[in-house]
Amino acid sequence: MQKGALLYFSVILVGVIFIGRLFYLQVLDNPYQTSPLNNASIKRIYDYPERGYIYDRNKKLLVANEQAYDVMVIPKEVQPLDTLEFCSLLKIDKATFLKQFNKAKKYSTWLPHVFIGQVSKEDYGPLQEKLHKYKGFYIQKRSIRKYPMKTAANIVGYLSEVNENKIKDNPYYQQGELIGHMGVERVYENTLRGEKGVKRIQKDRFNREIGSYKEGIYDSLSSPGKDLTLSLDAVLQQYGDQLMTNKRGGIVAIEPSSGEILALVSAPTYDPNKMVGRIRSKNSSLFFGDTINKPMYDRGLQAQYPPGSPFKIITGLIGLQEGVIDENTMVTCNHGFRYGPRNKMGCHPHASKVKLNFGIYTSCNAYFASTYLKILNKYDKVQDGMNAWSNHSKSFGLGNFLGYDLPSGQKGLIPDGDYYDRWYPSKRWASTYTISNAIGQGEVITTPIQLANMTAAIANRGYYYTPHIVKDIEGQKLDKKFTTKHVTTIDKEHFEPIIEGLSDVFNHPDGTAYASRVSDIEICGKTGTAENFANINGERTQLTDHSIFIAFAPKDDPKIAIAVFVENGYWGSRWAGPIATLMIEKYLKGDTNRKYLEQRMFNGSLQEEYNSQLDSLYRAEGKK
Amino acid sequence: MQREKNNIFKGVDFWLVIIYATLVFIGWLNIYAASTSEIHTEILDFSSRYGKQLIWIGLAIPIITVVLFIETRFYERFSSLFYLAAILSLLGLFLFGKNINGAKSWYAIGSFTLQPTEFAKAFTALAVAKLLSDNAFTFKPFKNHVKAFFIILFPAFLITLQPDPGSGLVYLAFLFVFYREGLPAYYFTLGVIAIALFLLTIKFGYFASVPIMIYVCVILFLAFITYVATYKKNYLKHNWVQLTTLLLITCLYILSINPIFNNVFEQRHRDRFNIVLGKTTDTQQTGYNTDQSIKTIASGGIFGKGYLEGDRTQGKFVPEQDTDYIFSTVGEEWGFAGSVLVIVLFVVFILRILKIAERQKTTFSRVYGYSIAAIFFFHFLVNIGMVIGILPTIGIPLPFFSYGGSSLWGFTLLLFVFIRLDANRAYEW
Repeated sequence: MQKGALLYFSVILVGVIFIGRLFYLQVLDNPYQTSPLNNASIKRIYDYPERGYIYDRNKKLLVANEQAYDVMVIPKEVQPLDTLEFCSLLKIDKATFLKQFNKAKKYSTWLPHVFIGQVSKEDYGPLQEKLHKYKGFYIQKRSIRKYPMKTAANIVGYLSEVNENKIKDNPYYQQGELIGHMGVERVYENTLRGEKGVKRIQKDRFNREIGSYKEGIYDSLSSPGKDLTLSLDAVLQQYGDQLMTNKRGGIVAIEPSSGEILALVSAPTYDPNKMVGRIRSKNSSLFFGDTINKPMYDRGLQAQYPPGSPFKIITGLIGLQEGVIDENTMVTCNHGFRYGPRNKMGCHPHASKVKLNFGIYTSCNAYFASTYLKILNKYDKVQDGMNAWSNHSKSFGLGNFLGYDLPSGQKGLIPDGDYYDRWYPSKRWASTYTISNAIGQGEVITTPIQLANMTAAIANRGYYYTPHIVKDIEGQKLDKKFTTKHVTTIDKEHFEPIIEGLSDVFNHPDGTAYASRVSDIEICGKTGTAENFANINGERTQLTDHSIFIAFAPKDDPKIAIAVFVENGYWGSRWAGPIATLMIEKYLKGDTNRKYLEQRMFNGSLQEEYNSQLDSLYRAEGKK
Repeated sequence: MQREKNNIFKGVDFWLVIIYATLVFIGWLNIYAASTSEIHTEILDFSSRYGKQLIWIGLAIPIITVVLFIETRFYERFSSLFYLAAILSLLGLFLFGKNINGAKSWYAIGSFTLQPTEFAKAFTALAVAKLLSDNAFTFKPFKNHVKAFFIILFPAFLITLQPDPGSGLVYLAFLFVFYREGLPAYYFTLGVIAIALFLLTIKFGYFASVPIMIYVCVILFLAFITYVATYKKNYLKHNWVQLTTLLLITCLYILSINPIFNNVFEQRHRDRFNIVLGKTTDTQQTGYNTDQSIKTIASGGIFGKGYLEGDRTQGKFVPEQDTDYIFSTVGEEWGFAGSVLVIVLFVVFILRILKIAERQKTTFSRVYGYSIAAIFFFHFLVNIGMVIGILPTIGIPLPFFSYGGSSLWGFTLLLFVFIRLDANRAYEW
């Protein structure tokens, strides 16, 4: 018996362990417990409200709903059928038929399962006539999105089936339901979708329905989704799409008096109708997988570029505010600015002895480099000067997320004293080390929407509203953060001389955008040409400059502020300038009389530039 | 040794029979609950699973009668032949077997299928009993170790090839028997250490478990040195070859765990280990059964939802609920109270077999009794352990509960041969 005791005690031990485990599972609280409302004996019937429509600022319909038809199957009820005819009705082959049928059977033999999702309206007709022959199959209607204007894909986002993680986080969603992804559909998901209603029906063990569960005390009614009115001007948006054809970059236009986003163009883009229905999954992998053109990447919100010359306006404003320059301060520029025995910042040839106004409209590097140094050197410690400059810049909404109601974005960067202290741990650095910041190069980076917002703040002479895309939710009041004025650290009077300079950019024959002037609109703007570098094969390689332009109009009562970025567009007045002015004209007048320019922009392509960039990249890879 | 032919029940241990009948009855009630649906409403509907099970139960009665009718000596004398027949029927499966769910484990005669695996256990138990009851047999010479292990590992090997590795594993239960009959303890110790090392390595990874192994080794080594220094001063001198070999084998084993786990095991096996060890939490694919089973049991609460009121059972949430996962039905509809009752019944049942085995006068009966106790224990441990989520998924049936004629008859045969052997006491001397 001694050796036999091993088995004897093993049996008792296992019995005790099992009872202990069962005690934990069945008597104590544990994570495996399920809610009685999710009982299998309770059938839940959902009543889905129609998702809200989305309009533009002129009540043009941007996003609507359309009926779609799912062919459903309950495998247990299916009778032998003429598969050939059935397949041709559904436009599928027999392999697909078998695959779908087995999938449904595996899911459950007695629960409905989507057999073929989202059949088109054209296929629905003949199908509906003949489907009664096929027992166990039926059609379920549901609504899907439709985009009549075929534009603003990056703004509205798209709908797709809710993913597993979301279902875990949020018990509202069930497998197979649609949820907004990206853009307005995502941010205003709860507003647009409304609240689905649910009826719970008690079933007996033979799966027969025997009435509503607990007299319906847990049932709820659906509440409809609300319509959204965007601040977007859909026609302007479409026009922007057209202007940006075959180019990469972004356009952001804002109404300065309210912060409403009028246009947010990202190029290349795609037709939102391609992300609907049965073609979505194919196109989705196509779009998300395109790492060269990146159509799903919102260049207006996410792309970070050095702002280049438009940033000189900020340097100028800070100089005025800090009192280190005034309108008449003179700077010598002899093809550049010498700030050390061997250091010189180059500049293009122009008349010397530069005043503020002239500095702006000819975009003189020397003038603003010297202003920058004066600002930083005004303080005893360079760190303090750097911080003062940084805080002024940040008051224009730069260097941080703006807080707009779209789900993607980037912070950009406005460096401060700490930033350079990290670079130079000895903390011994001088204002000249960071001089490139003066002209929007160096460490400064911004996104197009930040730049547009900055322009709006300049147009308003010192304040801005947080940019936002939604104008109205069926009369509901807008979030307070969109109606709060953000005041910059620059006093109002300092804006006037700067704005005069910006106006001369168009009006003075030496102005950098003189060629883009519009006869009957008083536009203020600033060209920009930003150097950019890429890391190719471990080497810092200079690529073709970005073309940048900011502008607002009209000068005295600004209705639109705009920022345009065209990647590798050589220089500001070549692409970005004309595009910005055409957009302004389109918005204010509805049309342009500069048709030749418009056509040049429509047809102009930078594809060769992008291809040669790719080629050199491949060559570099090949060398490795 | 005269036998009263008119009373086959003389000497039968009625406690075992009553527990057997109770388990079969409760088992059937739960099969009814797990397999009923709106299509079948008649209890005697023989196209349903529970209807069929009722037939299997009915047919078990003639099997019991025949088993009790046969002379004890017959089992002893023909045990080798039975074993041979079992091996042949297992071999025959490779030629004539019917493939169900990817395993060639069944003979099909019309719509009727028979699974020889379930009967092979009983015949192997007889063969083991026969070998160990031989007067000349002891576990002293090493060649007898080989003999004994060959008897159990050969059918286990054939079954694993079907492939039905779960049923193959059952034969490990015989280790308890061998140990009881004198097999040195180090087989057990080595087995336990091997499994522990295996799980340790998978759970923490090879490099992380090395320090733990080193601690264990140091402790074992110190214990060993103390032992040798106190009791067997010459031990090292005589046994250094064996010790070195053992050391080498251990090292090789530890090194081979990861390659075996990653290359020999299939992904589904790896998943099962990973889930039980808490390395992955998967409730949708591989872990679905276990997760649903645990939730179903947990939903039963203390007193259960009531017979046929378990909505997760009726809603067919748990796959294979009338076979391997039958215990989850008990858990949901009868709650903690019912589950504990079933577990207590099984424990009492196995302990009763052990008690009776120990009182046997012949080695043959004792070994046989011990074997079946070990087999029942193994099934009980692995099946319920899997259903309540503390052991990896290994698909073997719960005796008398799981749906299936072969398994019911196999277990009935296993038990009643023993009851018959035990009843013989009444006639001896």
